[in-house]
Amino acid sequence: MTDAITSKTAAELAGDFRDGTLSASEIVDAHLDRIEALNPELNAFLYIDADRARRRAADLDAVRAAGNEAGALAGVPIGLKDLLCTEGIPTTAGSKILKGWRPPYDATVVSRLEAQGAISLGKLNMDEFAMGSSNENSAYGSVKNPWDTSKVPGGSSGGSAAAVAAGMVPLALGSDTGGSIRQPAALCGVVGVKPTYGRVSRYGVIAFASSLDQIGPFGRTVADAAFMLEAIWGYDHFDSTSIEEPPTPVGSVLDDGVQGLRVGVISELANTEGLQPEVAAALQRSAGQLAAAGAIVDEVSVPSIEYGLSAYYLIAPAEASSNLARYDGIRYGLRVEGPDTAATNRLTRAAGFGDEVKRRIMLGTYALSAGYYDAFYGKAQQVRTLIIDDFARAYERFDVLLSPTSPTTAFGLGDKVDDPLAMYLSDVCTIATNLAGAPAMSVPVGKDAHGLPIGMQILAPALGERPMFQAGAALEAAASFNAAEKTGGAL
Amino acid sequence: MTIAEATTVIDGWEPVIGLEVHVELKTATKMFCGCRNEFGGAPNTHICPVCLGLPGSLPVLNRQAVEFAMRVGYALNLNIPERSVFHRKNYFYPDMPKDFQTSQYDEPITEDGWIDIEGVRIGIERAHLEEDTGKSTHVGTSGRIHGAEYSLIDYNRAGVPLLEIVSRPDIRSAAQARAYVAELRAVLFAIGVSDVKMEEGSMRVDANISVRPVGRERFGTRAEIKNMNSLRSLERAVDYEIRRQITELESGGTIVQETRHWNEDDGRTHSMRSKEGADDYRYFPEPDLVPVAPSLSWREEVAAQMPELPAQRRARLVERWGISADDADVLVAVAGLADYAESAVDAGADPVEVTKWVTGDLLGRANESGLSPAEWKVTPHYLTETLALVADGTLSRNLAKTVLDKVWESGDAPSVVVDREGMAQVSDSDELGGLVDALLAEHPDDVVRYREGDEKSQKKLLGFFMGQLMKQTRGQGNPGVLNQLLRDKLNGA
Repeated sequence: MTDAITSKTAAELAGDFRDGTLSASEIVDAHLDRIEALNPELNAFLYIDADRARRRAADLDAVRAAGNEAGALAGVPIGLKDLLCTEGIPTTAGSKILKGWRPPYDATVVSRLEAQGAISLGKLNMDEFAMGSSNENSAYGSVKNPWDTSKVPGGSSGGSAAAVAAGMVPLALGSDTGGSIRQPAALCGVVGVKPTYGRVSRYGVIAFASSLDQIGPFGRTVADAAFMLEAIWGYDHFDSTSIEEPPTPVGSVLDDGVQGLRVGVISELANTEGLQPEVAAALQRSAGQLAAAGAIVDEVSVPSIEYGLSAYYLIAPAEASSNLARYDGIRYGLRVEGPDTAATNRLTRAAGFGDEVKRRIMLGTYALSAGYYDAFYGKAQQVRTLIIDDFARAYERFDVLLSPTSPTTAFGLGDKVDDPLAMYLSDVCTIATNLAGAPAMSVPVGKDAHGLPIGMQILAPALGERPMFQAGAALEAAASFNAAEKTGGAL
Repeated sequence: MTIAEATTVIDGWEPVIGLEVHVELKTATKMFCGCRNEFGGAPNTHICPVCLGLPGSLPVLNRQAVEFAMRVGYALNLNIPERSVFHRKNYFYPDMPKDFQTSQYDEPITEDGWIDIEGVRIGIERAHLEEDTGKSTHVGTSGRIHGAEYSLIDYNRAGVPLLEIVSRPDIRSAAQARAYVAELRAVLFAIGVSDVKMEEGSMRVDANISVRPVGRERFGTRAEIKNMNSLRSLERAVDYEIRRQITELESGGTIVQETRHWNEDDGRTHSMRSKEGADDYRYFPEPDLVPVAPSLSWREEVAAQMPELPAQRRARLVERWGISADDADVLVAVAGLADYAESAVDAGADPVEVTKWVTGDLLGRANESGLSPAEWKVTPHYLTETLALVADGTLSRNLAKTVLDKVWESGDAPSVVVDREGMAQVSDSDELGGLVDALLAEHPDDVVRYREGDEKSQKKLLGFFMGQLMKQTRGQGNPGVLNQLLRDKLNGA
C-alpha cells in the first residue's frame, strides 16, 4: 500500500486527496516512510521536516473535512532544493558556511506552493552553492543515483532529481544556472524544467549567478512538471527581473500533439565531443518519433553554442564572486574568529567554502579585475549576445529545438572529481539556454546498456513554454520510459 | 570680496578642488526595500532581509529615489540620459551587508551639469544614485576599525538612498568650496529631496585637492579630504590642505595620493592608513536590477513640478519685497527660513519688517537653540500678530521683542502674553501728560537748563526725561506720544 502511494504522480495524489481516497496524512506518512528507508543510502534530504509536514497534513485534512477548498496542490508532498529560503528551517545551499542558518523568511516560490496546499517534506541536497554537475561538491556528502548507487545523480540539483526518481516525493524544486535541473533530471530519469528567465521569482533563492539562475520543477511526468510550474510561476514584485506579462498555462497543451510543429535538431550537439553512442542513438530515435507523430524535423546549426561553455565559465563565476562576498563571518553562518576583521573574513571563507566554490570565486574575481574585464567578462557578454542572435535565427525556422540533455548517462562517483574540465563538459548541452535566458526541459526517453536513464532536451525561445511542453509530452508518450520504476520497494 | 575674486593664489601656486557631495535622500522608504528611511531609532530596528543582504534577498528600486534624482538633475542643469544602469562596487567592509555597494558607474542617472554661484560657474560631472552603508561604532582607544576592541554595527542606515554629486575640478579656493556646498545645500533643500544636515550626516562632503603652479594645465597629485562636518570645517580643512601642499612642495617634498582625515580639534588633516596599490572595485552591471529608463511623460511630470530654486527666489524677494540682496541670501540660505518669512507675509505682515525680525532676533534665538523655523514656537502667524500690535500702537518695538521672547518660550499667542503680563503700550495723552507734568515738577532745575541749553544738552536732557518716564511706565508708555508730550511741555509751558 505504502509503495503504491509513493508511485503515484502528483496529479493522482492531488485527485486522491480531493475525492477523499487518501488523506493528506496518509500521503505524507507514506512518503516520510520512504524517505526514512532510503535517505541513509541516497543522502538526498539534508533536512527532513517530518513534524511540521505531519501537522500541515492534519490541518489540510481538517480543511477538507470541513468541506473547504484546500488548493490545487493540497496533499501533495514536495521537496525543496536547499538554496530556497524557508522560514525557521535550516537552509545551507550545500555549504558549511551556512551550517545552522535559519532564514527569517520564505522564498516566493515556497510561499506560493504552500498557499496551494503543497506540503514540504524537507530540504534537498545539492552541490555547494549550486556549483557542480555531480553533487559531489556538497559539503554534506554526495547524493547517490537511485538507478545505480555507485553513480552520481548529476548536479547541482542532484538531491531533487534523486528524491523524485526514488519516490521520496512526487515533485521537487531545483535551480538551473547552467543545466542544474535538466542534467540531473536526465541522469535520474525524471522530467526537469528550466523556465524562461524571469518567469519564476528568484526572491529567496540563494544566488549563484543572478543573470542565469532560474527555479524550476522536477516530476516523474511532463504533466506533473507542468502542474508544479503553474503553481510557482508569474510576476513577483520582489524580483525586479520578474516578467510582468502573465504566463499562458501549459497543462492544457499536453494532449495537443506535435502535428506541424517544427523541430530543429541542433547539429553541434548531435555530434558533440564525448557523446555516448547510446545517447546519440536515442537522439535519432526521439527525432524519428516526433516526426512520426507529425512534427517537421530537420537539422539546424547554432554555431556559437560551442562557445557557450567558455562564456558561461566567465559570467557565472564573475557574478558568483560578488554574490558570495556576503559570507564573511560577520552577520550569520560560520565564523572563524581572527585577530582582526579582515582575518575573520579570510579564515571564515577559507574554512567555510569548498574547493570548487573557491575555484569559481577566484575565476570570477580575476575575470572582473581592472585590466582583464574587457578581455574576459566583456568578451563573454559579447558571446552571450551572439548566442542569443544565433538562437533567434534558428527560431525563425523552428518552434522548438532538440538535443541530448547530457552527453553521457550517469557517471561513476569519483570519476571526474579530480578533473574540473571534464566535469564542466557534462553541461555542454544545457549551458547555452541559460545564457539566452530561454526555457528548456529534459524528458527521459530510454536507458543505456547498463540500465541508466537517458534524457532528451527540448529547447524553446523565451516565453515558448507552450510548444516546449507540447513536444515534451509527445516525446514522453512515444518513449514509454517508466519513470516510476524506482518509486517502490528496494532500489 | 566676491566669490569670483575669492580664488586663492599663494606664492604662485593655484589650488584645484573638486568636491564629492553625498546626500541622503529623504524618501519614505529605503532604496531597495520597504524599510522606513528614518534618522535615529533604536539600532537595527529598520531592517529586513533585503537591507541586511541576507542570502536570497533581491533589491527593488525605489521609484521616489529615482524621481528625487531627476529633480536634482533639473535643478543642477544635468542631463538625464534615456537609460541608466546600476553597478556593483565590490569591496569587503563589515557595515556593508552584501560586501558590495549597489551604485552607478558609467551610466549614471544624471550627468554633465552646472551651478552658478554669484557669477562663477562650477561644473557638475554627474549625480548618481547609490545605497548607504550601516553605521559602525568602533569601541576602543582609536575610535577607528584598526585597533578597535570590538565594533557595533547599526544597519538602520544600510540601504538608505544616497545621491553622490561630483563636481568638476573647477573650484579655486576654500571660500568657493564653501559657497558651492552652501548653494548646493540650499538647492537640495528647496527641491525637497534631502534634509541636508551636515552635522547629522545627511550631507557629507569629500574634497579632492591639488595645487599647481599658476598657468600650468596639468593637475598636481591630489589628496582626498574627509570628515568635515560643517561648512565652517569644510572651509578650514580645504584652506589648511592647500597651504599644507604648497608648503610641502616648496620645501622640496612631494604630495602623496591618499585619503586624509580632517581633525576639527587640531585644525589639521592627517594621513589615514595608506592603501597598498589602487583599489579595484571590480564594477559590473548589477544583474538583480533592470536599467532605469524614465518615460518621457514621467520626465515631463517631474520637470513641471519643479519648485522655485534659491537663485530665483532670492531675485524675487529682492524685487517684490524691496529687501537687500544680503537679507535675501540669509532668508534663502537658512533651511526653511524663507518659507517661514513668506508665510508671515502671506498672513498680512510687512515684508521688510518680517525680514528684519526673522533675520535678526528670531534667527539669533534659533542659532542658540538649534531649532529649524518649522519647529519655532513663534509661528509665522504669531509673528504677524505681533507686528500688527506694533503697527496699531499696542506695542512698542521693545515691548514686541519682550513679547516674542515670551512666545518663544511658552508658545502662547502674543495677545495672550500681552494680556497676561499687562504689557500693552499706554498711549493715552491725558494719562501720560499727568506723568510728564509730575516729572517736570520734580526737576525744575533741569527744566530751566533745558530751556536755556544748546541743542546738545537739550538732547541729553530729553533722553534723561524719557528714561525716567519709561522706567515709571515699566516700558509700556508709548515712546512717540511721550516724546511729543515732553517737547510740547518743555517748549510751550
